[in-house]
Amino acid sequence: MRVMVMTKGDAADEGNGEPTTEMFEKMRVFNEQLVNAGIMLGGEGLQSSAAGAKVAFSTAGTTVVDGPFTESKEVIAGYWIWEVSSLAEAIEWAKRCPFDPSYGDSQILEIRPLFDMADFAQTVDADALAKSEQLLDPTSD
Amino acid sequence: MDLRKSVEALWRIEAPQLIATLARRIGSLDIAEDLASEAFVSALEQWPADGIPPKPGAWLMKTAWHKAIDRARREETARKKAPLLVAGHGGELADVADEALDPIPDDLLTMVFTTCHPLLSPESRVALTLRLFGGLTTDEVARAFLVPTATIGQRISRAKRTLAEARVPIEAPSAEELPERLRAVLDVLYAIFNEGYSASSGTNLVRADLAVEAMRMGRVLAGLSPTEPEVFGLVALMELQASRFRTRVDAAGIPARLEDQDRRRWDRTLIEHGLSMLDRAFDLARPLGVFSLQAAISACHARAATFAVTDWVAILALYDALTQITRSPVVELNRAVAVLHVDGPEAALATTRPLLADRRMAGYHLLGAVRGDILTRLGRHAEAAAELERAAELAPTKQERQLLLSRMAQALAPRNAGGQSSEEPPAE
Repeated sequence: MRVMVMTKGDAADEGNGEPTTEMFEKMRVFNEQLVNAGIMLGGEGLQSSAAGAKVAFSTAGTTVVDGPFTESKEVIAGYWIWEVSSLAEAIEWAKRCPFDPSYGDSQILEIRPLFDMADFAQTVDADALAKSEQLLDPTSD
Repeated sequence: MDLRKSVEALWRIEAPQLIATLARRIGSLDIAEDLASEAFVSALEQWPADGIPPKPGAWLMKTAWHKAIDRARREETARKKAPLLVAGHGGELADVADEALDPIPDDLLTMVFTTCHPLLSPESRVALTLRLFGGLTTDEVARAFLVPTATIGQRISRAKRTLAEARVPIEAPSAEELPERLRAVLDVLYAIFNEGYSASSGTNLVRADLAVEAMRMGRVLAGLSPTEPEVFGLVALMELQASRFRTRVDAAGIPARLEDQDRRRWDRTLIEHGLSMLDRAFDLARPLGVFSLQAAISACHARAATFAVTDWVAILALYDALTQITRSPVVELNRAVAVLHVDGPEAALATTRPLLADRRMAGYHLLGAVRGDILTRLGRHAEAAAELERAAELAPTKQERQLLLSRMAQALAPRNAGGQSSEEPPAE
């Protein structure tokens, strides 16, 4: 199964200093373990939420909120895509991720299995499904 | 999370390295696997009360090593003079420094060379490699091959016995042996991949789990031998082929040809990773081997947004290189398809002609399938239909037979229906 693993932290802790050489090295070792275990398929790091924005929908209307997302307790800082045999395996790997409290006391790794388009086949009309696949795909036309 | 599931997951993560390191210290894969299993049984007994330790790998190694010492002592007591199964006395094992038990990645590499040892039959290599290097349970291996667990259990035991009786040392192959032994490992991984990619028997054409496992083991191997271009080539080949899993068969389970597949549904994550693996193979700047060349061909398809923009000239050049080093008639046949797109059907037909006389191709359905396609393009419909019919008879699966029969019907259709074919778009 393929999972997305998101690293999250408290917005209040965003920009708590640049990573130290030591922490950088620890993360490198962890990433190397993931690669050497054959489970790492990809990933990216995100800029601080100060560089982003939110578009919020509600019955009252649509609002745009500029970053940083100061009130948010779980701001995504980056993600990996792993190919694992089970959720339990992803959890065991996530537990090995280095943690440095100097960036903040609340750091979370959220693990979410990816949908395959086949998972929607039961509930969504085949035509709509085909159309949304076209839209999702960068190579279409 | 259920503790049993966590322990199963930890087997997958830790067991290969654990068994490999124990095997180096003890000199027996069989005993190493037993000790690892016993350590996991202890984990299941102790962790519910104590919780999972912060470093489960180190805990398991320590526990397994204590069991090794106990075992050696028991044997000493039981048979004072008899040769010990374990290479060392209990006292000696107890004196081994902790650092000597530190897991070394090279142990894992040595182990996979052993599980793919040329003394073993191909099917034993596959079972033993999945079990020890892949960290699958015997049950999981059995399920993947649709055979009873006992059958796989026996196959694995027999393989370990063969290695023990032949006194195969647990050590890395010598420099002279290395290319051949590495090739043996790559062949085993690719065989596992293909078992998943296209089940050779039965009606289920895509059994993806084994292919996923083979890709994972390939990536592990790439980490262990980062100077071998063919390892990266194999990983790239498997990932690029697997990127087309979703489109390889249609909704009715009938295999779809490359030109008929919906490329929007190809797996971009695997394509990107596969292409990066192929780059690693190229970066090593050594002559490309069979896996890297095939991966490079597969990459040409992966990069083409539509079938029409496929770089057939590049593909043909790669096939030229591949035929030089393989001399395989199957490769010649695939090359004929590239010739078809570069030089046209007459040239392609000429390329396939020598293959008709090749005895190795006598039972191979794709020869007829390709010739049928070429003959159809030449307007030689009756001959095309005859080739496709013969190909259908030889097809290994029901779905492929169906596909070939429907193509045979299409080959005949233009004449019978006065040149009308609802399937084909008008000629350009």
